[in-house]
Amino acid sequence: MERSFIAKNPSVLWFLLGLAGFTIVITILSEASGAALISTSFVKTLGKTLCLCLVAIAMDVVWGYCGILSLGHFAFFGIGGYAIGMWLMYARTEDIVIASLENATLPPTPDEITNAIGTQIFGVVGSSDFPMIWAFSHSLTLQLLAVALVPGLLALVFGWLAFRSRVTGVYLSILTQAMTLALSLYFFQNDTGLRGNNGLSGLQNIPGLEAVSQATLSLWFFWASAFALGVGYVLFAWITAGKLGSVIRAIRDNEARVRFLGYHVESYKLFVFTITAIIAAIAGALYYPQAGIINPAEIAPIASIYLAVWVAIGGRGRLYGAVIGAAVVSLMSSWFTGGKAPDINLGFYVIGWTDWWLVLLGLTFVAVTLFFPKGIGGLFDLLQPRKGDAP
Amino acid sequence: MINRKTLLASLCATSLFALSTVAHADCAEPVKVGVLHSLSGTMAISETTLKDTMLMLIEQQNAAGGVLGCQIEAVVVDPASDWPLFAEKARELLTVNKVDVIFGNWTSVSRKSVLPVIEELNGLLFYPVQYEGEESSRNVFYTGAAPNQQAIPAVDYFLEELGVEKFALLGTDYVYPRTTNNILEQYLQDKGIASGDIFVNYTPFGQSDWATIVSDVVALGEDGKQVGVISTINGDANIGFYKELAAAGISADDIPVVAFSVGEEELSGLDTTNLVGHLAAWNYFMSAESDANTAFIEAWQAFAGEGRVTNDPMEAHYIGFNMWVAAVEAAGTTDVDAVRAAMYGQEFPNLTGGTAVMLPNHHLAKPVLIGEITADGQFDIISQTSEVRGDAWTDFLPASAVLVSDWKNLGCGMYNTETETCVQLTSNY
Amino acid sequence: MRHTILALMILLGTALAASAQTLQSILQAHGEEIASPSRNSVGVALGDIVASGLPQTTDFLEQWAEKNVWQRDDGMFFIGAEGEGLLTLTDIDTGAQSADASAEYYQLKPNGGVRRVIGTALVQFQLLDPDLTRRETAVASIARRPEAAQLAPLMASIDGEVDADLKARKIQLANFLSARFAESPMNRIAAINSLATDTSVEARAVLNQILTKSPGVSDRAPDGNIAAILDPFIDPDRSYAALVAANLAPARQSAADIKEALEANIIGGRIADLPVAQMDDPANRAAAYAALAARGAVPTLVTDEARNAALSAHVFYELYATPNADITTAAATALASVETRVASAQAVDLTLDALSLASIFFLAAIGLAITFGVMGVINMAHGEFIMMGAYTGYVVQLFIPNYTVSIVVALPLAFAVTFAAGVVMERLVIRRLYHRPLETLLATFGISIALQQIAKNIFGTQARPLTSPDWLAGAFVVNDVIRISFIRIAIFAMALIFLALILYILKRTRLGLEVRAVTQNPGMASSMGINPNRINMMTFGLGSGIAGIAGVAIGLYAKVTSEMGSDYIVQSFMTVVVGGVGNVWGTLAGAAMIGFGQKGIEWLNPSNTLAAQTYMILFVILFIQFRPKGIVALKGRAAGD
Repeated sequence: MERSFIAKNPSVLWFLLGLAGFTIVITILSEASGAALISTSFVKTLGKTLCLCLVAIAMDVVWGYCGILSLGHFAFFGIGGYAIGMWLMYARTEDIVIASLENATLPPTPDEITNAIGTQIFGVVGSSDFPMIWAFSHSLTLQLLAVALVPGLLALVFGWLAFRSRVTGVYLSILTQAMTLALSLYFFQNDTGLRGNNGLSGLQNIPGLEAVSQATLSLWFFWASAFALGVGYVLFAWITAGKLGSVIRAIRDNEARVRFLGYHVESYKLFVFTITAIIAAIAGALYYPQAGIINPAEIAPIASIYLAVWVAIGGRGRLYGAVIGAAVVSLMSSWFTGGKAPDINLGFYVIGWTDWWLVLLGLTFVAVTLFFPKGIGGLFDLLQPRKGDAP
Repeated sequence: MINRKTLLASLCATSLFALSTVAHADCAEPVKVGVLHSLSGTMAISETTLKDTMLMLIEQQNAAGGVLGCQIEAVVVDPASDWPLFAEKARELLTVNKVDVIFGNWTSVSRKSVLPVIEELNGLLFYPVQYEGEESSRNVFYTGAAPNQQAIPAVDYFLEELGVEKFALLGTDYVYPRTTNNILEQYLQDKGIASGDIFVNYTPFGQSDWATIVSDVVALGEDGKQVGVISTINGDANIGFYKELAAAGISADDIPVVAFSVGEEELSGLDTTNLVGHLAAWNYFMSAESDANTAFIEAWQAFAGEGRVTNDPMEAHYIGFNMWVAAVEAAGTTDVDAVRAAMYGQEFPNLTGGTAVMLPNHHLAKPVLIGEITADGQFDIISQTSEVRGDAWTDFLPASAVLVSDWKNLGCGMYNTETETCVQLTSNY
Repeated sequence: MRHTILALMILLGTALAASAQTLQSILQAHGEEIASPSRNSVGVALGDIVASGLPQTTDFLEQWAEKNVWQRDDGMFFIGAEGEGLLTLTDIDTGAQSADASAEYYQLKPNGGVRRVIGTALVQFQLLDPDLTRRETAVASIARRPEAAQLAPLMASIDGEVDADLKARKIQLANFLSARFAESPMNRIAAINSLATDTSVEARAVLNQILTKSPGVSDRAPDGNIAAILDPFIDPDRSYAALVAANLAPARQSAADIKEALEANIIGGRIADLPVAQMDDPANRAAAYAALAARGAVPTLVTDEARNAALSAHVFYELYATPNADITTAAATALASVETRVASAQAVDLTLDALSLASIFFLAAIGLAITFGVMGVINMAHGEFIMMGAYTGYVVQLFIPNYTVSIVVALPLAFAVTFAAGVVMERLVIRRLYHRPLETLLATFGISIALQQIAKNIFGTQARPLTSPDWLAGAFVVNDVIRISFIRIAIFAMALIFLALILYILKRTRLGLEVRAVTQNPGMASSMGINPNRINMMTFGLGSGIAGIAGVAIGLYAKVTSEMGSDYIVQSFMTVVVGGVGNVWGTLAGAAMIGFGQKGIEWLNPSNTLAAQTYMILFVILFIQFRPKGIVALKGRAAGD
């Protein structure tokens, strides 16, 4: 079975080989290995990019393969980040508090420790009580479960309601966007207990690993991200390859016809919607410890639209397309806005890329939609004539 | 224009001088100053001004001979109002560009993003904006106002001078208004204001629908007490708020409004004729009368363009940068630990008169000014205190009243005076 | 040398002046206080100035309050007017004019509190002044700081008042003052009773002031005008705190107090024979404290039982400051009746606010109702058309300084600009994507971010002013509770006009007929001789143009920034979807639902507007799940899919 799957999908093998090679090269060049040809901050950027690639292939499956243009998958990504961030903050603060109370005259009661942690975490946003939502934050296991379960359940309930009511097409997109907006506003409120606009910060300091330098830590996260991307890629390739994949694509092309053939379309859509949400959350849980901070701006509706943009530019309906799109656009974004791109002097006007990059991106995007619906991935079709299943 | 040309000329002259004395071993490389302000995204408007301020200050300093006989080179990066990007860019500045000091950040969340990086790599950051306090980092000098340097004096002014008995605390829903209002609520209750006489409201960023809130505020006056509004409303939302206030015909004589986030820049988006008499509290107003201020405004307008306004965070950078230069000269090196030790007790004249002093808690002692909005978008200074010492941990919240920050003598930013222990050496982020 | 002579002369002058009782001499006597006055201490100086009875007093006080008084380095005061580095000075006593360089002078800036005190001092001079503005100022000053002494002069001035409006105001104000300060209780009660129908904030303030009460606690019921006897067990801890504050009971021990007491009693690593190491258990701490208390080392713990016993043994009451019970009863009755009226007025006001919010949502969404609702095109750049309209208004105001004219010009111009932009976009992008609606969404999103960034590059990220003309600046005031700004009324009217206009175009014109035909069946329509391309272009242009006009309106009431469009885009789509696609009435219903819903939630939780928005969106999501076709659902074939 496994062999035939790889044989049927040679691109998976190539992708895994490429990813492994890339990981090895970066590892050798990194600061942690001693070569120090690549700075730690660049390793972090690459690690984060791999996480973005992972959420992009999830988006590709739900949109490119199943035809659901979800404008909410980046919100699931963010929820994953929040879930892991809560443990990171709690555990780090607990260490600090216990250390600071070590020399107290009286040994602290559990209540005093909890209160001190609360003041430490929420004093910043002008409060000190521990909100209910942090009930499990002391346990890494429970929060790791939350990474998968919270977005999974949310996607399940939302999807069940929406698909059951046969909300489809652009209406579903608008509905998912409304969900994203509601979520980001919810996270934004201080009363929610997730530190409002400040979000969770200092996530790059992993409790228990204080002795490990950021150079090494960044490499570990890079490996973890690469591994997650590899596993996610194989998982999605497997889902989209077999009979299941055929049904999913059929739903994209003509939902009514699939329903008439006797398939329970809603279940398939719900499955795809939920599994991709969970993978997106896992990507988020890997991303934010590398970014160091998560706050509600990360899950604003526009982030989810950008996700769709990456997939469209990379090429829908092929997983490697999504990877290419996410990697190329996000790396180019950071290159152009980083002030490293040379400005173009037209004599009468200087085009500064920090100002004009978004204009270029927007227009490129229009052009891709209009003229290259297959995206960058479509170029591979030119190399090997006739193969692939893009719409 | 002439000003700029002469500046350029002197710049050329000094760089020639630098070339000719290149044998001076110390100056193999110029001193590098990182500028970490958003040049794009939502915060660009506020922060671009600060980036330009830094460039101007560096240009002036280079014309005056640089520091330690070396030229200063500005390394400008754009974190694009993206909070995680602040951390990434700060790491880049410190490890790739190897800057000696960073001047940057505006929002609290961006500062919280940068803190762990700066502390890990032992960098040095000068933060120029008024903020909520409750933080002290070994690696950050806070040149903006702490709550006791802005909010508390303004409330005192309301209580003493305007006789306000009932308070509406209106703010945008984020950390600065939340913490400030928490402190103020406690402070007002300590001053004998009943908790029923304090109305608190939070609105989202960019709020535009203010009708209901303004009528709520008007209704506060129904028990015959003098009502005053303390506004920590941020940015664009102020426009809708003041427009609604003006439409409701609320004059400063009836219900005075004091704002902590409205400066000269923000007023330029408004017709202020209906707002005359409403208040703002800062450590600096463009209308301050002093020779240093006149010179600063002239230099700024020559550098950035006619008609540009100056504001409080610009003064903070002006003081911070000059103090840093003096500290480097005093330490004889740009090494962070040496410079930090030399920073304590540094003095530099304020643009508003008087002298700013760097305290061991990394805050400044600065005067607090209260200004009334005038019809031309400026502020009429009607009250100026003597220098107030910035306090990292507010005395008005029980949890932080026991904390002090003293990096010079105690070597700790979060020292619990009750248990006499250092809670932590890193800052809380 | 010359300076000393000058100083001498000035001294001499001052001495001379003092004997003749000039205003300047009085001011010099209070020099410090006049130069930097404070609300609480300026009264003395002000009393002396007023008591002098000099004719120039009024003028000086007025100029002082308006920040027109300057002090020379030597301490002398002048009335001055600044211009071009030169100061035109007027002598306070003689009125003699002179000019001097402003460098030696310091402008006095009395703060708002001091200005109010000055205003009160001026009342007696201004109340009978022939100048109407001055009399109005005096009346306003009384309203701001009502004092008992003002009642008589105010009453006396009523008969001579020639201005009808001011006379009415004076009578009203006299009534307020009588209610609070009149000598005879009869007069007070009469005045109070007349306030029972007055919903103004001032009237309520008068009644509330009369009803000022202070809480107290004692072991038996006190004498005096008791407002209420309170039940201490509603909030026992707070009541007990009052008891402690009155020195009637020992303070309770907080967890921190107990901890401190324990720490103070550590003897050889043990507290009352319990090892310190066990103190991480709250139960052990309590045991240790109890043991200490038994030894008399610390005060006994105040238990809940002890607290309750103390509370039961005392009377908690509220006492009116006004001793006369008849007056307070009358005031309480009047206030109760006022408050019923206020509550209903507040309901009306809330409805008006909701209506206004709904009309803003409707105006923002109405363009979408056409492009999305009727044509089915997802235009994510709709918000940017709103933004373009608003910036058009701003640019027009740069060139046309008259606000009224500029608005009149800006409205059609905004329509023209966004109509053109819409047509261009339709031709270049949307036309190619009619069969791929999801991709229209993405392509228009690309246009949206590009337009937003271009606006930023041109206008900067700072908000730009768009000022409404004076006749739109105020508010329509029914009473102190019900009021709505004119600009909101204008937006409401505009929304109605557009509703009528669009209904007319769609239902009654040739274009509307063709639009409906093309949307229902483009193939059939084109075979009937309708050019679908032209119709689509026109319709899209129309929808975009209306967005542009909406932009001017929204910019007038809120702000003009490059990001203003994104504030409205999600809301607008939800408005259209929740109302029911393909129907303008549906959009109206959607806007009404969201507007009223949001205000309703805000009313339930007035301190958190953000929560109201969040829950409103959640509600809309759920609503759509259960009614996917919206409020006004199309039936039959027109519904399509």
